[in-house]
Amino acid sequence: MRSLSEIETTAKRASRAIGFSWGVSEEIAKSIRLLELFGLPGIKNINQYFEDKKVKKFENLNLITEKNLLSSDAFCPVTLGVSFLDQVRSLEKLKKIQFANVAYPIIFLSFLSRASEVIGKKIFITIDDNKILLNFNVSISSNFINEKFPKFGKNIEIEFIENQDNFTDYEWKNLYNLSENTFVEESDSLKQGAAGAGLTDND
Amino acid sequence: MKIELRDPNVIMKLSRLGSFHQSKLSFLRSFLKEFKDWDYKRDLFNLNQSGFGEAVYSFKKENRVYSLVCFANEIKDEERSDRVIATKWDAAFTLHDGVPSKNDIQRLKNEVPKQEVGRLSFKELTLSRANKSIRVFNHVVENLSEGKQPDLDLLSKVGYLYRTTAVYGSGKFGLADRFRIKNRKEINGPFRLEMMLVYLVRQFTFDQVNHIAYYKNPKNAVKLDEKICKNLGIGNSTGLGMAPFIVNHPTLLNNWILSREIALKKIREIKNVKDTDYKLFIECIKRSITNITSWNSDSEYQKIKIKSLLSDVQKFLYYIENEFYSKTEYAFNKIYLWLEDQTCEECIEYIVSIMMEPYSTITDPLVRNMSSDEDKYFNIPTNRTVKELRTIIENKYPNILDINFEDKENYQNFWFISKNKEEPRMADRFKEHGSELEQPLAIARDIKKLYEKLLISKNSLSIAKFLFDNSELRHVVRRAFVVEKFPYSEIQDNTIGKKIVPIDMLRLKLSFFGALKFDPRSDKWLRICMFQGAPLPNELKNYDEQWVYKTNI
Repeated sequence: MRSLSEIETTAKRASRAIGFSWGVSEEIAKSIRLLELFGLPGIKNINQYFEDKKVKKFENLNLITEKNLLSSDAFCPVTLGVSFLDQVRSLEKLKKIQFANVAYPIIFLSFLSRASEVIGKKIFITIDDNKILLNFNVSISSNFINEKFPKFGKNIEIEFIENQDNFTDYEWKNLYNLSENTFVEESDSLKQGAAGAGLTDND
Repeated sequence: MKIELRDPNVIMKLSRLGSFHQSKLSFLRSFLKEFKDWDYKRDLFNLNQSGFGEAVYSFKKENRVYSLVCFANEIKDEERSDRVIATKWDAAFTLHDGVPSKNDIQRLKNEVPKQEVGRLSFKELTLSRANKSIRVFNHVVENLSEGKQPDLDLLSKVGYLYRTTAVYGSGKFGLADRFRIKNRKEINGPFRLEMMLVYLVRQFTFDQVNHIAYYKNPKNAVKLDEKICKNLGIGNSTGLGMAPFIVNHPTLLNNWILSREIALKKIREIKNVKDTDYKLFIECIKRSITNITSWNSDSEYQKIKIKSLLSDVQKFLYYIENEFYSKTEYAFNKIYLWLEDQTCEECIEYIVSIMMEPYSTITDPLVRNMSSDEDKYFNIPTNRTVKELRTIIENKYPNILDINFEDKENYQNFWFISKNKEEPRMADRFKEHGSELEQPLAIARDIKKLYEKLLISKNSLSIAKFLFDNSELRHVVRRAFVVEKFPYSEIQDNTIGKKIVPIDMLRLKLSFFGALKFDPRSDKWLRICMFQGAPLPNELKNYDEQWVYKTNI
C-alpha cells in the first residue's frame, strides 16, 4: 500500500512535470492526498486528466461568478479548484454557483472540500443527477460514492449551507430533558456549600 | 527584566545555523528521557557464528511495544558504500509497531535489506541501514577474541562501530504515515522513533561484536567492557538529502528554533541564579572540553571552526574564573552579552546550549512544542492584499531583498532531484545540465521576484486576484504568510549562491537530533556521531542527564 506521504510527493512532482507551477502543484498534491484519504479515486483521476491534458485543451477559469458557462472547452478542474479555494471567502456571499462542463469533477471536489473548511460551512454540490455534501473537509457524503465518477460534469451547482441545526427544537428538547436525569437537585445545604463560594458577594 | 527573542535575521543566517550544537532540547536526549521507564528487552538474537542473521529488540510499556528488527548481512568490501546509491549494507533495520510475528519477520527479511527498493507496510515506522567502520569493528573483534579490550586511542578517533547512512520515516517506502501515530503521547516530539531506531541499533552493534568475538575464540574471548560501550555511539553519514527538509517544513523548523530561543530568553531573564545551577553550568562547560579535543576532522573548514571554538571556550572559562562575579543579577544575560561581543558564532551557540543544562523546568515544556501540524498553515489567506504581503516581505526578509540576483554568483547553483535515487542534489547551473528542472528551494531568489511583482501591483488588489497572473510565485506567497506568524521558519540566506556551504543546513538539523563531532567530508556531506556517552538500555531507569559531557574516550 502506498502511504499518503508518497501519494502527496509523487502527485506534486507529476503536477509540476505536466506544467503546473510549484505552488499549484502543492495544491494538487494536497487535494489528491485528501481524496485518497477519503477513499476516493484521486490518483486514478489525476492520471487520466494528465493524459487527456496532453492531447486536449481545457479552459482555465480564474474569476468565478454566479454562472460560469464555458466558451468552447471543458473547464480545467485544477485551475477551477484553485480559483474556487482562493476566492471562496467572496464566493460564499452568492447563494448558488453554477458551472457548465467541468472535466474530472472529482478533482474539483477535493478543492471544494478544502474550501468548506476555510469558510467553516458545509458545501452542497450537485453534479448532474448526483448529490454530494462536503462537511468541513472532515468527510464527504454522497448518493453515488460507490459508483464511477463521471469524466465530465455537464451541470454543476454549488450551494453554501448556512450553519444551522439539522434537527428540530422538539428533538433537541427531548434529548436535553433526558440528559437532565443525570443532574442532582440542589438542597439548601448544597446551594450553600457545594460550589465553594457564598451566595452573595457584597464585599 | 524582559529580554527580546533574538533577531531571526541574525539567527537564521546559514553561518549561525551551521554553528548550532546539541542541547537538552535535542531529540535524542528527549527520546531517552521519555523512554527511560520503558521495559527494554532483546527478544531474538539469531545470528550465525560470523554474525549474520536476525535480531529483535523492543521497548514496552503497558500495551505498547516498539520492536527493532535487525538483519545482518554478508557483503563484500567493494560493495560497502555510505552513499545513497549503494544497494547492500552490513546491516538493515526497521522499527516495527508492536511485536512482529514470524510472518512479519519473514516479510521484512525480504524487504528491509533492499531499503529504498523494498516495500514496507503501515506496521513499520522507520527504516535504516548501516555499515561497519571496518577498521574499528575488526580491531574490536580481534582484541575481544584474544581476551583483550580494544585500543582506546583507535576507538576515540572514530567513536562508533557502525554508521547508519540514512534513516527514513513518515510514510517513505510504504512506512506508516505520521498521522497514524501522531497522537501517541510518547512520540510527541520530532523524530522520536528515528532516535529509538538509532539507539537500539547502537546496542545491536555491541551485541554483534561480542557474539562474533566469542565464536572466533570461545575459550578466551571477553565481552566489550560496558564502560567502553557507553563511550561509543553510532555514526551517521549524511548527504544533501537532509538539506531540503528544513526548507520544506517551515513551521517545524520554526518550532525547533523558537523553542531554543525561548529557552535562552527565559534563562537570560533569571534574576538570581542559584549557586547549584551556576556550578552545574560551569561543570558541564569544563567537562565538555573533551568533546572538543576529541573532535577529529580532516576538513580544513571544520578544523578552523574547532580551533576557534576551543580557544574561545578557554577564553570564556578564563573570563568566568577571573573577571565574572557569578552572584551578579541576571548572570546569564551578562554572560550572553559577553559571548556575543567576544567570541565566534560557534562558541556562542555552544555555550547557549550548555546554559540549558540546569533548567529542565524551562526545557521540558518546550520539548512538547517542537512538532508541528503543518497542514493547518497550508492554505493561503487569499483575502489579504498586495500591500499587506509587501509589508510582510519588507519586515521579514530585509536582507534577502538586498541580494542582487542579476549577479551570476548569486544564482550559480540549483537544487534538483536525481533520477537515480530520487535524492536532492545541488549543481552549478552554468556547468551542468538540468537547471530547467530546478526544485523550489531557491526561496531567497523567488521571494525577491515576488517582491518585485508586488511593487508594480495595485495595493488594494487581493492576493486571490494577484495569483491569477502570478501562479509561478504561489509557493513563495504561501511561505511569506507562514513567516508572518512563524518568525524562525525561514533561512534568511541565499541557498543557491556561489558561496553557499550546504553542510550548514545539514548541521542545523543534526544539532537538533543531538549529533556530536560533525566531520565534513566535503561541502556537501558529513559524518557525525550520536548517543556517544549515552546510557546503555539497562541503565536507562536511572541515568545522569548530563551524560553528553562525560565521555571518556
